[in-house]
Amino acid sequence: MSLQLDFPAVLERWPSLLGGAALTLELAFFATVLGALFGTLAAVGRSSQSSLIAGACKVYVESIRNTPLLVQIFLVYFGLASLGLKLSAFTVAVAALTINVGAYTAEIMRAGFEAIPRGQIEAAEGLALSRLQIYWHIILLPAIEKVYPALTSQFVLLMLASSVCSQISAEELTAVANYIQSDTYRAFEAYIIVAVLYIALSLVMRAGFWGLGLVLFPRRRRLGTPL
Amino acid sequence: MQQSTPSPEPIVSLRDVQKSFGPLRVLDGVSFAVERGEVLAMIGRSGSGKSTALRCIDRFEKVDGGEIVVCGHRVDRPDVDLRALRQDVGIVFQSYNLFPHLTIEQNITLAPCAVKGMATSQAKDLARKVLAQVGLEEKLLAYPEQLSGGQQQRAAIARSLAMQPKVMLFDEVTSALDPELTAEVLRVIEQLAADGMTMVMVTHEMGFAKGIADRIVFMHRGKVHETGPASILTSPTTPELTQFVGTGNLKS
Repeated sequence: MSLQLDFPAVLERWPSLLGGAALTLELAFFATVLGALFGTLAAVGRSSQSSLIAGACKVYVESIRNTPLLVQIFLVYFGLASLGLKLSAFTVAVAALTINVGAYTAEIMRAGFEAIPRGQIEAAEGLALSRLQIYWHIILLPAIEKVYPALTSQFVLLMLASSVCSQISAEELTAVANYIQSDTYRAFEAYIIVAVLYIALSLVMRAGFWGLGLVLFPRRRRLGTPL
Repeated sequence: MQQSTPSPEPIVSLRDVQKSFGPLRVLDGVSFAVERGEVLAMIGRSGSGKSTALRCIDRFEKVDGGEIVVCGHRVDRPDVDLRALRQDVGIVFQSYNLFPHLTIEQNITLAPCAVKGMATSQAKDLARKVLAQVGLEEKLLAYPEQLSGGQQQRAAIARSLAMQPKVMLFDEVTSALDPELTAEVLRVIEQLAADGMTMVMVTHEMGFAKGIADRIVFMHRGKVHETGPASILTSPTTPELTQFVGTGNLKS
């Protein structure tokens, strides 16, 4: 048996490959920003004094964490369509990925919130700060700092998982690979190249999170010690 | 409710305060009052209820019965304005509780800016002033972890002072410190007393309590067992206080 790899046949499609990679990164960016917001709110909601809010957040987190992403994407895709909403595949993909990563983010952020010593909150209460001010000034950043590596991994995973959005014909990286291989019959080469591109995208995201960390955690930047 | 003019009413008053944790009765009818400018030291064994009584003043614990009035706020009532109460009351804890992600300056300016709406530049001036009061001007831009325990506790005191409270509560603020660091924190508290700050402190430093307190409250089994001027430490009348001060507590 002989293996003959013809990379140029795939690489000559570099504009579509780059376009796919850009779209994947875009999907990941929006879903990360929105999912971080959404998940943080859900984590706060889970410790709400209102059992209705706490219960709703719990149902959301648990139902998302116990169903496959592809099924969630189809639910959003066909669900919105049957409601008569005509949205682009990109919008549906961002919505589904946000809902998905929001649930995982909620669990990670909850761990971060729970790691804040009770005394920190008492000290803030003693200074007459409001509940919202305590979350904003005292809890949020230290909580994020404590779980930052886990958050980074989760959002990189999200970017990789966005490949299933090819199923609703969002023109992201994996969809481009599918298209190229059916056109050129160079499946192995196409997926090798796409895998390498995913690795590159992961590195870009990790670098982005590292840079964001420098901005978010000035104490760590100056002292180099974990919180 | 809030009066800025001097009033004859005490700054803090507790009347027949009751508090239980489950079946455990921690405060069993506690009454005492603190006048303006007075320093009250609460002493007693661990578990005697002194820390709980202190925390009730700032409503970190809700009482089951009795009456607590602090700077005109009815603390025992469920509708008490907590944020107004806590602007009048400063509290310092055993474990400092500085915010680790903020510089000392940010620790101090946060509440005046966020709660009182003070301008940043004004708050920074204030931070310098209160840090000078506790002898830590040079630590303005340091992070809490760069400070020794004693320095952290003094910074925590400065942070409370920046809110210009009418009364300060100290909950075993030197219990985590070695004797040398304890001394530097106690010097700061002595200076506050000399400046006329109204203070309630829970302490195990008997020598310090004796030197600084206008009045001693000795707590025993959830009750004020004996109270009076600092001289009760040297000539106690109840056998419990006699035993408590006799167990080697009254040194230094």
